Amino acid sequence: MSVSVRVPTILRTYTGGESEVTASGSTLSEVLDDLDSSYAGIKARILDDNGALRRFVNVYVGNDDVRFLDDLATPTPDGTQISVIPAVAGGC
Amino acid sequence: MSTVVAEKVDLTPTTAGPAIREGAFGNARALACRECGHEIELGPHYACSECFGPLEIAYDFPVVTREEIEAGPRNIWRYKALLPVPTDIEQSPNMEPGFTRLLKAGNLGRELGIDNLWVKDDSTNPTNSFKDRVVACALSAATEFHSKVFACPSTGNLANAVAAAGARAGIKTVVFIPSNLETPKQVNSAVFTESLVAVNGNYDDVNKLASEIAGEEEGWAFVNVNVRPYYAEGSKTLGYEIAEQLGWRLPDQIVIPVASGSQLTKVHKAFQELIKLGLVEDKPYKVFGAQAEGCSPVSAAYKTGTDAIRPVKPDTIAKSLAIGNPADGIYVLDICRQTGGAVEDITDDEVRAGIVLLARTEGIFTETAGGTTVGVLKKLVETGQLDTTLETVVINTGHGLKTLDAIAGQVGPAATIDPSYAAFRATGLA
Repeated sequence: MSVSVRVPTILRTYTGGESEVTASGSTLSEVLDDLDSSYAGIKARILDDNGALRRFVNVYVGNDDVRFLDDLATPTPDGTQISVIPAVAGGC
Repeated sequence: MSTVVAEKVDLTPTTAGPAIREGAFGNARALACRECGHEIELGPHYACSECFGPLEIAYDFPVVTREEIEAGPRNIWRYKALLPVPTDIEQSPNMEPGFTRLLKAGNLGRELGIDNLWVKDDSTNPTNSFKDRVVACALSAATEFHSKVFACPSTGNLANAVAAAGARAGIKTVVFIPSNLETPKQVNSAVFTESLVAVNGNYDDVNKLASEIAGEEEGWAFVNVNVRPYYAEGSKTLGYEIAEQLGWRLPDQIVIPVASGSQLTKVHKAFQELIKLGLVEDKPYKVFGAQAEGCSPVSAAYKTGTDAIRPVKPDTIAKSLAIGNPADGIYVLDICRQTGGAVEDITDDEVRAGIVLLARTEGIFTETAGGTTVGVLKKLVETGQLDTTLETVVINTGHGLKTLDAIAGQVGPAATIDPSYAAFRATGLA
């Protein structure tokens, strides 16, 4: 299944400056694995040493924060838009 | 999990655009990651390139004296040596916020049984909330970065402050709000800008959109996204003012509302800086955080004794506190626990009661965030978490005229009568 992934500015050094790339996988975990095979090292920037999402990274499948879904097991249907966004924003 | 090790690549963000002038950020030295300590040069960046952690301003402070501060203007720029702003900041058109009143709250104190209570009333800022402070610092940064658009995602108060400050500074503004925001907050922004954008979603949805736009659009300064390190420093001025207005000393206890948690962490940072600079005596103080039950992820984590803050979908009338995924929540937990304070939450009915309580004891009309803070203050007393013998400050962050809907059904005429003396006597009000 092909999905598109929006890449935040601070990870674009891995994608040659591309802000949006394609990857495949039926879950977020598989998508990140595939992304890492194309852009070596990017997955380790998104996940911590325990393989969980880093505290200050939000990942959205469509418009939904995966922490409200099934985290890394969240399904990623064909054509899904995935967004990786630094969590440190907003509010006061 | 991945075991792939990244190739050595330069992850330091680059600063595009015209050169930044000497002294643009005063005594600020660098941006430092609060998580891993990694430092980068000052620029329009907000997340650590190593670990995604929040970037904060690091300073090389000179000697700063009470006399120098007291000789400054009666606004936040009296503390400019402690902020990431240039020495000529007063020359740029800005809202000149701050130095709001610190009121002795004797009536409220007696009602709650607190011996020595103060209200820091930030509803008297130019757009009637504390947001004018942070926006003034963000505007300075946006100006120094030669930004062409001044923008924000907002729960309302920030939108008001950004739109007004942008108008005064002559910079284009675009502000994004949840479409279900209270009408007064929409009007209070739209009057200053042609570019108010109502987004179908909650604040966290609006915030996500703003983060995406900030990553794509060149020259946009989102005050609480890509210039957030500068913006957030403005909240320190609340702490500086409280200490100065108390006669250059720190209170024993302080109660602060928690949305993202930034304000609470910055008031604590301000107190610590004043101690390090020798401007106040080093003494213990307790910091308490206030949330509404319908959006209380930090309070929930505090009560369960964990460091893990589980995001929530907000459902509360306290919309200015309705941030379900609070960026600084973990630091709020650290500070409240370390200082011996607490994080507490109350129901929406208690929020409304808090608004009315402050109004009828002190003549201060607060919005729902202030109702939350006063209501939590009451609950902290009732549950024995707050020491009623110690000097206590509670922060009112915004004006009640912005959230009239919240209590419109709670208060109103005591009687509707014919225009006759007999009818008046019949009310029993004489």
